Amino acid sequence: MQRTGTGDPANATEERLREALVRGLAGDAAAYHGFLKELGSRLRAFFRKRLARAPDEVEDLVQETLLAVHNQRHTYDPDQPLTAWVHAIAKYKFVDLVRRRARRENITDPLDDANEVLAASDTDASEARRDLAQLLRVLPDRQRLPILHVKIEGLSVLETARLTGMSVSAVKIGVHRGLKALAAMIRGGR
Amino acid sequence: MKTDDLVTMLATGAGADERPPGANRRFALAIGWGALGTSLLMAVLLGVRDDLAQSTGLPMFWVKFAFVAALTAASVVAALRLSRPGVSLGRAPIALAAPLLAIWALAGVVLLAAEPAERSALVFGETWVWCPLNITVLSMPVWATSMWAMKGLAPTRLHLAGAACGLLAGAVGALVYTLHCPELAAPFLAVWYVLGLLVPTAAGALIGPRLLRW
Repeated sequence: MQRTGTGDPANATEERLREALVRGLAGDAAAYHGFLKELGSRLRAFFRKRLARAPDEVEDLVQETLLAVHNQRHTYDPDQPLTAWVHAIAKYKFVDLVRRRARRENITDPLDDANEVLAASDTDASEARRDLAQLLRVLPDRQRLPILHVKIEGLSVLETARLTGMSVSAVKIGVHRGLKALAAMIRGGR
Repeated sequence: MKTDDLVTMLATGAGADERPPGANRRFALAIGWGALGTSLLMAVLLGVRDDLAQSTGLPMFWVKFAFVAALTAASVVAALRLSRPGVSLGRAPIALAAPLLAIWALAGVVLLAAEPAERSALVFGETWVWCPLNITVLSMPVWATSMWAMKGLAPTRLHLAGAACGLLAGAVGALVYTLHCPELAAPFLAVWYVLGLLVPTAAGALIGPRLLRW
């Protein structure tokens, strides 16, 4: 693939984030953490600009989009521009939010420029209005316990399996399904 | 929960999470199981026609088969592309339009060349009442499995994604139906096969958004 203008900051961001994601997908948790963190800042700036009239929705949407990026990361093809992939997800989640809030007045500015999605950064991570920790507590045990032990306490899958009496694959599936269920609860407007 | 905590949570043990299969594998599974279901459905409901061996010697049988096979291939490509965020349709619309335009052109030529009195028989054949209905019924297994495949991915254009799954289902249904269907006239295919494909496609486009949200 031909690359032009590598000195361009947008390209540099794309390149750096793409590499971090690819390493993360290969199992490098630190790289993946860095990827999500920077992506969160970029998304915050992107949404803040477009939700100028509803600033308290921004952090919820950032969290929802990060969760979606994580849940759908198997749909990213490393040959694909990361910007296009992220923008499509961000736009989808944004439109979804707007539809959910359609009964209220129009709160948004347009967001059709794909390149803008990673253009600016905003690290001021404020508290979201919706508390994901609260939602996690509502999940059934077969999903809640794997997420609690593996994703929050940082135990290994094997340790979690031993602790809970679940099988290793049930723990893995519980994490995956639980995070998807979390996204569905958010979508349901809780 | 603060966003930084969410990020930490998502990244912790991320290599160990169950990572679901990608688009290609999901659709391969969907088409495999769905086509099996369609074949069983046809074996039970309709059966393979007795003179199949005879008609496979006719060029028009293979034109019909190629028409439906080309639509199947193009709809697989369209569904795969629609299942991933930020991937454009590319040349999929052209690949979908080409077999349709070809069969309509062929139908036009056949009708023009025929005696006026024969034209109606070329269009209606003997089974026009059943053809769209049979294709619709035979599309159901792949309709369900391809929606399952799409649901596990991340389509962002839900009407189109649903339509692509529906068309794929109709095309596989029609492909299997060619083993039963006695009709070989291009005008028949151009009208009734296309109508049979449209039913699951429209159903997919209408129901897709409700089914595929994520």
